[in-house]
Amino acid sequence: MIAHLTDGVSRRALALLGVLFAILVLLPMIAGDYVLTVLTLILYFAYLGQAWNIMLGFAGQLSLGHALYVGLGAYTAAALYVHFGIGPWLSLLLAVPLAAAAGASIGFLAFRFRVAGVYFAILTIAVAEFARVGFDHLTWTGASAGLFLPVAQYVHNDLWNLRGHPLMFYYVLLAATVLAFIGCRALLLSRAGYFWLAIREDEEAARAAGIDTFRYKMMAVMISAGMTSFGGVIYAFYYNNLFPEQVFNISQSILIILGPFVGGVGTLFGPIVGALVLEAIAEGMRTLLAGLGIDLPGTNQLFFGIVLLLVVVALPEGVWPWFARRFGLAERKS
Amino acid sequence: VPVDILLNVAVGGVLTGLVYGLMALGLSVIFGVVRVVNFAHGEMMTMAMYIALTLFAAFHLDPLVMLVPIALAMFAFGYLLQAGVINSFITRPEHSQFLLLIAIAIIIVNALLILFGPDAQNVQVAYAFDSYQLGPLIVDATKLYAGVAAITVAGALFVFFRYTEVGTAIRACADNYTGALVVGLDVKRFYALTFGLGAACVGAAGTILLLLFDVTPTVGPAYTLLAFIIVITGGMGSMPGALLGGMLVGLTEAVAGLLFTPSAKSMFSFAILVLVLLFRPQGILGKKAT
Repeated sequence: MIAHLTDGVSRRALALLGVLFAILVLLPMIAGDYVLTVLTLILYFAYLGQAWNIMLGFAGQLSLGHALYVGLGAYTAAALYVHFGIGPWLSLLLAVPLAAAAGASIGFLAFRFRVAGVYFAILTIAVAEFARVGFDHLTWTGASAGLFLPVAQYVHNDLWNLRGHPLMFYYVLLAATVLAFIGCRALLLSRAGYFWLAIREDEEAARAAGIDTFRYKMMAVMISAGMTSFGGVIYAFYYNNLFPEQVFNISQSILIILGPFVGGVGTLFGPIVGALVLEAIAEGMRTLLAGLGIDLPGTNQLFFGIVLLLVVVALPEGVWPWFARRFGLAERKS
Repeated sequence: VPVDILLNVAVGGVLTGLVYGLMALGLSVIFGVVRVVNFAHGEMMTMAMYIALTLFAAFHLDPLVMLVPIALAMFAFGYLLQAGVINSFITRPEHSQFLLLIAIAIIIVNALLILFGPDAQNVQVAYAFDSYQLGPLIVDATKLYAGVAAITVAGALFVFFRYTEVGTAIRACADNYTGALVVGLDVKRFYALTFGLGAACVGAAGTILLLLFDVTPTVGPAYTLLAFIIVITGGMGSMPGALLGGMLVGLTEAVAGLLFTPSAKSMFSFAILVLVLLFRPQGILGKKAT
């Protein structure tokens, strides 16, 4: 199985992957709190980007509402913990099916009626917004006033309840990102993976070739939604507070998809590289502006927008495909 | 709820909805011709709202008086945007265009935030509290003027597309890209013109809307989404559909705000969207895809 996963991958790429992994495992030992926070954020978005990539990158379905699944995961785990003391890993048993069911309902609505492309994207935003307004009025989860997890000084890291030092979250997210990476590679090499690519490239042709496109698109949206909800669970326990206005916001969905977009849609490295590049730009900008003594709200985001614009114009396929070609890391054509 | 109050709210909702419709019309025109989804649509509207706001604060110019100049300024913005950046993206994949417009949207929102601060602002015109009585109906002056202005602009656009040579040429570009190239039309220039027109539409809508609502820099994405809901509801590419969809959404929001809680009113527009996608995916006035 493992040998199968590395088929056709160049030695240089594998070596790079090993080095990258080693760096990520060892880095926290020398990194300070600030760097650790930034790294955690990168892994968080790399993981979510990977999950989202299954939809657009593999199956060709543009979702702009992934905040919905993050929010469902976050709220399910937080509410179960606050109300019943149920730990996050157990609540995954509810959060993942719930998010997958939400994804399935959107998919069912859209794919049965051939709602595709832009229409599908709008539908995903609309459902996420619907959930945002809904949770704003749901008193059981604190409505718009927010839902808070009890915070205390933890002497020991409690992995089972995800209570403890930020370092623990870093390693949990690192494990999740690695698993998502391997999982996505396995998916791409599976029967479903090839069907997805066929659907992405030409849906009519895929249908004509006998692929049950409805079924495989449903599969993509459910896997992606379920994976994304785990990110939400981590979000809830990392930040300890949840507001519908933040968690379900369109800007959350956009943050999730910027990584894979910038890194390279449909590639396995894209979401990771994109999250890294974007976070580096954002943090670099913040440091630069602070150094220059500019403290206007919005300046940071403005420059972020401009850099994003330049990246889109200069590297249409994303950073990773360009980088991989430049340094001979591209996958060999079999 | 007494019937006369319900009726008053409904009429107010429909009039507001006409302005929404004009906003959506801009989106529909751009998508219908250029085939680019303007994800910065609501942000462009906020831009126009702030221009109107600044002119009112500085020179006390009524937004309705400044409607045409602001629409022209937005036309220039849209034209330059399409000619300068978006035209080179029309052959790129959909998600690449989307990312470009998201970047533009982020830039607009934050430029406005830097220039005007995060607080909600509005204009107080002299006739802000006037109203007209028609039998049992009481109509706010601002809403009436807004509705009439929106219909006028939409009508002018309709006449332009229907009866002028340039309008016909633009429709030709929309119908058949290759055909338009073959008969010698400068398609990219017409695309720029179209994006300009769409921007002018949304600029006019923003100027009018400032009479009715506050503006904050971050309100853009919500309007972008609203515009999409309206266009899909009315039927992509149908000009009367955009206005009809706008009225429907305006009406629903107003009545829902009255009967339930105002903060939940947007849920009802989403519900309309889901119903339309379920039972009439091509939109109320849209033609079935062939």
